[in-house]
Amino acid sequence: MKKLSVKTIVAIGIGAALFFVLGRFVAIPSPVPNTNISIQYGLLAFIAAVFGPVAGALAGLIGHFFIDFSYGWGVWWSWVIASAVFGCLMGVATMRLKIDEGEFGTKGIITFNVGQAIAHLISWVVVAPVLDILMFQEPANKVFLQGVTGAIINIITTAIVGTLVCLAYSKAIPKKGSLKEEN
Amino acid sequence: MNNLFNYIEKESPIHGLTGATKLVCLLLWSLAAMTTYDTRLLLVLAVLGIALFPIGRIGVKDVSFMLWFTLVFLVLNTVLVYLFSPQHGTEVYGTCTYLFGLSGHFAPTAEQLFFQLNYILKYFATIPFVLLFVCTTNPSEFAASLNKIGVSYSVSYSVALALRYIPDIQKQYHEISQASQARGVELSKKASLVSRLKSASAILVPLILSSMDRIEIISNAMELRCFGKNKKRTWYMAQKFKALDYVSMIVCALLLVASITLTHINGSRFYNPFK
Repeated sequence: MKKLSVKTIVAIGIGAALFFVLGRFVAIPSPVPNTNISIQYGLLAFIAAVFGPVAGALAGLIGHFFIDFSYGWGVWWSWVIASAVFGCLMGVATMRLKIDEGEFGTKGIITFNVGQAIAHLISWVVVAPVLDILMFQEPANKVFLQGVTGAIINIITTAIVGTLVCLAYSKAIPKKGSLKEEN
Repeated sequence: MNNLFNYIEKESPIHGLTGATKLVCLLLWSLAAMTTYDTRLLLVLAVLGIALFPIGRIGVKDVSFMLWFTLVFLVLNTVLVYLFSPQHGTEVYGTCTYLFGLSGHFAPTAEQLFFQLNYILKYFATIPFVLLFVCTTNPSEFAASLNKIGVSYSVSYSVALALRYIPDIQKQYHEISQASQARGVELSKKASLVSRLKSASAILVPLILSSMDRIEIISNAMELRCFGKNKKRTWYMAQKFKALDYVSMIVCALLLVASITLTHINGSRFYNPFK
């Protein structure tokens, strides 16, 4: 593995801390058990888009682990791993975006949202249920219902929260070539 | 921070174990409980897990809130499993014994009830141990122990950083949220879901922008101190292994071996009394 830069290490730590705080204190429960309306995935998508797949995966893994850990209901490895997969896929999908250089136009918004939708679908409809079935032998249709609900809710929240955060962040950064020489 | 993670400081043999030991035991234990669906082993795990509580000097009162939470989930999940596939037991065990003279899709079968009993046992096999781990492990020692079991120290340091900054970010979130509410951002149930999400973003934006500054400052400070230059790193909270550490790791490893052997003997992960 390539050595992580100091900035990535710090981004993982702070990203995980943000993920934890948002997931632990801003959760709105949904009717299906073990599924919350969680705005932390909007943040995770943003971290992954700015700092890349490794940061996204580890921030999701650590953050989600601590959320489970602090509730004390047992660590649901299947869902923790799915969070990491989401962060990683999101980082890969948004590799070519340059949000940290202040570029996030219509094309960027489309890439970001298509990417997050696909990443959510893979993590919650494929990874989490399959791991649940492997580990706990739960009935397939139950875990897939949980997965699909989670995916839909997460896609909507990420679309709103993630896009808004990316827009705000890219606006806060001066664009390349925004300085002009005075005559 | 210790309140947040339910760590309870006490003197006990379990508190005395190093964080690394407890982490290894947790991993081995959860793997053992995950692989098997054998009723006998699950019973042993559940009884052992509960028996460890008095040794760790953790009372029911200390974990009552978390237990409550878990029980609600357990009940919901059990009901859902039954509603979604009342014939799952039959699929698993290969036979079908109707009870109480009823028949049909939702009629209770002995196999289904036995499967659900195992499902509940599985919760009882893992959750007491995790609760015990949460109550007896100092979060600060956790990062040091990660490094000890072979996770690279930069990743362990990320974990340490996350633990260090959770209280700060929590405080900042609270401040920003109150400032925004004072300026008319509605977060309560009165607003619709979409507008609540939008107002949540109104809090998020300042929080994330200031966190990005924080990342910049911390990484500069770490770079100035040459973080990542050497191959190894020492930890303030690290402890040395003692005899009890080795014993408990061996016991947990044996449990995992037992679980795998049983799976091998049974020919599947299930113990089938219906054959």
